[in-house]
Amino acid sequence: MPRVCNRRGMDLKDDAVKGIVPWDGTLSSFDFSLSAHTFSDKWKRFNPSFPAWKWITCPKQHHLVASHKVEGYLSLENMCHIKSSQEQESDRSLTWKEESNISQREEPFDKATLVCPEHEVNHYDFHIVYSASYRVPVLYFRSYRSDGQLLPFNEIEKDLPGHSAKLRSESKWTFITHEEHPYLNRPWYKLHPCGTSDWMKLLFHSDSSLNKNGFVIEQYLISWFSVIGQVVGLKIPLEMLDTVVSNDS
Amino acid sequence: MSEAQKHVWEGAIPLQIHLHESEVTTLPPPPPALVLAPRLGYLPLLISLLKPQFSSTLPPGVDTIWFEYKGLPLKWYIPTGVLFDLLCVEPERPWNLTVHFRGYPSNILLPCEGEDSVKWSFINSLKEAAYIINGNSKNVMNMSQTDQVELWGSVLNGNLETYRRVASKLKLGTFEDEYMENVSSVLIKSPQSPGDTDVTGQVKTGRIPVRLYLWTVNEEFDDFEDAPQIDNWDKVSYINRPVEIYKEDGKYFSLNDAVKRILPEFFPENSFVTEGDANINQIEEGESSSDPGSSCNTLEIAEIKFVRVQGIEPILDIPFSWVVNNLMNPEYFLHMCVCLKVSKSNAVQ
Repeated sequence: MPRVCNRRGMDLKDDAVKGIVPWDGTLSSFDFSLSAHTFSDKWKRFNPSFPAWKWITCPKQHHLVASHKVEGYLSLENMCHIKSSQEQESDRSLTWKEESNISQREEPFDKATLVCPEHEVNHYDFHIVYSASYRVPVLYFRSYRSDGQLLPFNEIEKDLPGHSAKLRSESKWTFITHEEHPYLNRPWYKLHPCGTSDWMKLLFHSDSSLNKNGFVIEQYLISWFSVIGQVVGLKIPLEMLDTVVSNDS
Repeated sequence: MSEAQKHVWEGAIPLQIHLHESEVTTLPPPPPALVLAPRLGYLPLLISLLKPQFSSTLPPGVDTIWFEYKGLPLKWYIPTGVLFDLLCVEPERPWNLTVHFRGYPSNILLPCEGEDSVKWSFINSLKEAAYIINGNSKNVMNMSQTDQVELWGSVLNGNLETYRRVASKLKLGTFEDEYMENVSSVLIKSPQSPGDTDVTGQVKTGRIPVRLYLWTVNEEFDDFEDAPQIDNWDKVSYINRPVEIYKEDGKYFSLNDAVKRILPEFFPENSFVTEGDANINQIEEGESSSDPGSSCNTLEIAEIKFVRVQGIEPILDIPFSWVVNNLMNPEYFLHMCVCLKVSKSNAVQ
C-alpha cells in the first residue's frame, strides 16, 4: 500500500479516489500561497536576526478580478555577503548579515574593515516563485554591488558554498540557469526545479508523522527550503522543522 | 505528418537587418542584410549570416550580438516567429530590425553565449514541456548525446523529418496519437504517467504546455495599422501556464475555452468550472456565484480581440487539439499571442 497524502484544492471528482492516488510531490498555486505564509511566519519567529520573507502580490492587472485569488511570491531582499580573510580559511560558509545601517561599514572597529580595507559587500535578493509548469516552488536570486551594479556569475560563484560551486561547474546549463524573472521581466538566476517533486516526495515519505491531512501542504515550503536554501548557503534553524511546536500553535 | 505542420516548419519571415549607426565606422554605411529567418528559429543563430556582412565596419571590441525593433531589445529565447507575431500587429514585410554587436543591454536582456545558450534554452524548455505532459522529464534527461545533437540539428536546419523521428523517442506524441478528423469526436486523452494508478472513475486529465504573450489595450482599433505600439516589455504579460483539459464525452475544447482558462483573472467564469492550476477557494466561489449582478459585471472585464499562433488568427471555435497538434513549436510549447480589449478604467497601458 503506497503512502498517500491528501491535497487540498482537489475537486469533487478527485475526492472519489482520495487515499488511493499517491502524492506526486507537487502542490497547487493555492497551496503554495498557504505554505508560503506558514513559512514566512515561522521564519520570522525562529530567525529574528534575519530580514523577513515578504509576500509580494502580482503586478496590478491581476487585481482586475476581486474574487480571484491573488498570486504572488515570497521575497527576501538586500541580504549582504561580506567577504573577509577569515572566511577564506573556513569551508566557505557564508556570513549573511542584514545591512540596516549603511554607515555601519565605516565603524573603526569593524573586523572586516581592519583586515581588508578594500573589502566588497555583495547584496543578494531571493525570491520564491511558484512554477505552474512543474507545480513546485522555484528559487530565483540575483546579486549586485553596493552601487547597484549587477554581479556576473563568476563573482557569485565565489559566494556560493563549495559544493554548489562544484555542482554548477559540472552542469552549467541545467543546475543554476540565467532566466527571466516571471514577474519582473529582468534576468535573474534560477535553481532549476525539474527534480524537485521527486525529492520532495521522498522527503515527506521518510517522515511518517507528517502524513496528516493538510499538514504536508503547510509544511511543504519549510521542508523545501531546508534543502534548497543550502545551495545558496541559507540554513534554517531546526525549530522551523519541529512539528511538535507547529501542532501546539 | 500533416500539411499544416509542413507549412509551419517551412514558415519564414523576411528580415531587413540594419547595423546600428553607432557601430558603423566606414562610409558609406553597409547596406542592410536581407535574411529569410525561420519562424521556429532564434535570432542569435543568424550571426553566421550577419557577421561576414558587417564585420569590416565594426569598431574594435568583443562581439555580443543582439537585436532591437523600434528601440525595443528583442528577447533572443523567444522564437523569431513569435516575436514577429507579437510586435508586428500589422505584419511588416520585410521586417526591419536593427542589429548590434556592442553594448549588450545586460540589465534587460538575458546574456547569450552564442549557439550553446540558444540550444540549452531549447532543451530546458523541452524538459519543461515533458514534465507538463508526462509528469517527469526523464525521457529528455536520458536522451543520448547523439539524439540530442540530431534533435537540435533538425531544429537548426528546419528538418521536420529528422525531428519527428528523434522526437518520437521522447514519447510526447500523445496528442498526435489521439488526433481524429471528426470534430465531434475530438478529444484529448490524458497521457498515462509512470506509476499512475488506473482507477475506475478517475478523472483523466491532460496538461498542455502553453506560453501566452498577453497584450491589453483599452482603445478600439478596427485596423491593425491603428494598433498602439509595444515599446516596452512591461506592456506584455508573459504567462507560462499549462492548460489542463478534462475529457468530456460529446464535447470539444475550443481555442476560445483554452485562452479563457489560462486567464482566469480576466475570465473568472471559467475558474468556477474547474480548479486547475489557477485555483480559487471554496468561499470565494460561493460568494461570487450567489451574486448574479457581480458575476455579470466580472464577465464584462475583457474581450479577446485576437489570438495569433504561427502567424495566423484561427477562428476561436476551432478545436484546441487541432491548434496544439499542428501549430506547436519543436520544444512542444504552443506559443500564443493574445490581444485583449479591457474596459478603459482597468486598462494596463
